[in-house]
Amino acid sequence: MKSYHLDHLDYLETEAIHIMREVASEFERPAILFSGGKDSICLLRLAEKAFRPSDIPLPFLNVATGHEFPELLEFRDRRAKELGAKLIVRTVDEALEKGFAVQAPGQISRNQLQIPVLLAAIEEFRFDCCIGGARRDEEKARAKERFFSFRDSFGQWDPKNQRPEIWNLYNGRLNPGENMRVFPLSNWTEMDVWEYIKREKLEVPSIYFSHKRRCVRRGGQWVPDTELMPAKANEEVKEMIVRVRTIGDIISTGCVESPAANCDDIIAEIAVARVTERGSRADDRVSEAAMEDRKKAGYF
Amino acid sequence: MTATPHPVDLLRFNTCGSVDDGKSTLIGRLLYDSKSLMEDQIEALERSADITGGGQINLANLTDGLRAEREQGITIDVAYRYFATPHRKFIIADTPGHVQYTRNMVTGASTANLSIILIDARQGVIEQSRRHAIIASLLRIPHLVVAINKMDLVDWSEERFLEIKDQFDEFLPRLDIKDVKFIPVSALNGDNIVTASEHTPWYPGPTLLGHLETVHIASDWNLNNFRFPVQWVNRPNNPTDKNLHDFRGLSGQVAGGIVRVGQKIMVLPSGFSSTIKQIWTLDGAVEEAFSPQSVTLVLEHDLDISRGDVIVDAEDLPGSSSDLHAKICWMNPRPLTPGKQYLLKHTTQTVKAAVTAIENRINISTFDKEEGIAELSMNDLGEVRIKTAKPLIFDGYASNRLTGSFILIEPGTNATVAAGMLLPPTEVARPEYKDFAI
Repeated sequence: MKSYHLDHLDYLETEAIHIMREVASEFERPAILFSGGKDSICLLRLAEKAFRPSDIPLPFLNVATGHEFPELLEFRDRRAKELGAKLIVRTVDEALEKGFAVQAPGQISRNQLQIPVLLAAIEEFRFDCCIGGARRDEEKARAKERFFSFRDSFGQWDPKNQRPEIWNLYNGRLNPGENMRVFPLSNWTEMDVWEYIKREKLEVPSIYFSHKRRCVRRGGQWVPDTELMPAKANEEVKEMIVRVRTIGDIISTGCVESPAANCDDIIAEIAVARVTERGSRADDRVSEAAMEDRKKAGYF
Repeated sequence: MTATPHPVDLLRFNTCGSVDDGKSTLIGRLLYDSKSLMEDQIEALERSADITGGGQINLANLTDGLRAEREQGITIDVAYRYFATPHRKFIIADTPGHVQYTRNMVTGASTANLSIILIDARQGVIEQSRRHAIIASLLRIPHLVVAINKMDLVDWSEERFLEIKDQFDEFLPRLDIKDVKFIPVSALNGDNIVTASEHTPWYPGPTLLGHLETVHIASDWNLNNFRFPVQWVNRPNNPTDKNLHDFRGLSGQVAGGIVRVGQKIMVLPSGFSSTIKQIWTLDGAVEEAFSPQSVTLVLEHDLDISRGDVIVDAEDLPGSSSDLHAKICWMNPRPLTPGKQYLLKHTTQTVKAAVTAIENRINISTFDKEEGIAELSMNDLGEVRIKTAKPLIFDGYASNRLTGSFILIEPGTNATVAAGMLLPPTEVARPEYKDFAI
């Protein structure tokens, strides 16, 4: 007998497609945030599933810090082209030059600086909605996030005053200047993402797989040794076989020793992993409420 | 996190309980014992234990994510948690049990297959337990688990367990819940959560996790009445495949039943008839699709169809009316006053609406209907009459959660102010154009 029951990936997929189509229907100028990372790669496949055979009716937006892995940028540009989508890139460098982003003294990470750049891009293109690849399982503050996350005219998130989300009825109504962030992958876990990438045979940037890299020991983890932040004399440097689990700035993304060369290897690795994905991101280790604070200020 | 060697399904459940019932401890225990916790999460727990907890790890800190909550020791909103076993994936909607948070419970329960009600064995069934059960029943959660917690504090007494079960059974006949399971547990010590307790030889049933892994959920969706609210008209200007130049698809999520190629359908409210020509997906055309799959339908005829229209089985029509009778949960600090205009979002359309009358308020401790009510306040549940600017095409919530539910939005603030569940229609949809035939 045929089973009329969805497995978990099918369920997560139909939930996300439904959200994508709600966004395309209810907003005037929505965009998809596409970094080239694994979560946004899934978003693009879901957009194909939602809108083909038509063009994907949303441009892609990337807020680049200027500290990306080169492999990521190459992949980002190529993938957008393959899908026939319009890719808009706004950079922290440009924002620093024009003066609407200012580096805190001594601060090298550009993570915080993405906030003004994103908000400026939203204003420039009058985007009323940005679809992002954030997941609730990533971080405690994200666990309270809605699918449709309302932001006031300063781009701020107010966790105590969120719109209730009931059944599959999303309230996307906005007043001028307000903005919505929408997260179709809210209910996905890191494992779901890799199982989906495997099932859909999606290409991901090569740095997710095992490769040889010079790393420097910093803040309890191995990060790439780059010219942006050269190893100091007292820091341990080693050439290792690593992969990245989550991609942030090249200076703060932890590399994990891993022989994983394909999706199956990664799935097996995550299954026995004893640290969370974000455990390898220095930006989240600042304090227990680091993500909560950044989100309130307008972060993705 | 657990790899799933074969396809598994997904169970969504919510937990209800007050701060002291040990709800967060129960979730922490499920995550901890199913090895879904990671070292850095445990480390973070230990760090905060050193600072605020006098060195004692508090499993509740796992779920109370926001700083505001940790500081005040409360859960202010619905939080979602994820874990998996080799048998199933799970999504937990963790909702606080305070009186003033009915709206959060409704939110968490609206997508749940199953609801866990925690009862403190020392206290037995209290007003709050009844309230949780009533909300679960109103929202038509198919499965209920009554976890009788802190059994260690009543010496694992079978007598006490049965006493509480009897208290609960007493008002069960008034509820619309078919499947109820009682489990004696100690969340703090892990008894009957993941591993069977040695203290309950008198309890022959499964552990909590064992039950969550095996409860039958395949029939929780409506597979009987085909309903397809059109979400997005798919008409490519520049199709990926040149043969698709004349493609005109109707994209949406199957909100009820099964649709098959060749099936006779009707489009409502217009009443146009046609036949399903193709069910299009990115992975190729399929012969049939079922709720809640997302697909793109192609019809035999080129009809004028737009977002908000509903495609249904020609032989099985839903109801239609602009005078609605519904149960609602009021979710806004400003009370509901009859006569005020709202926007009503139902499936894929939003229409103007006014609440014309409040018929009663449901006392969620006794389930009695209180009449002569002037307004509904935040967290009140009640029956209302609503007039919409155009007729809705709908089913009763009891037969279909997707085509029987709506939200009310306040114009101006755009706040979501109510969740509504429609009572069964009194009139079947009548096509607008009776003479129209193709």
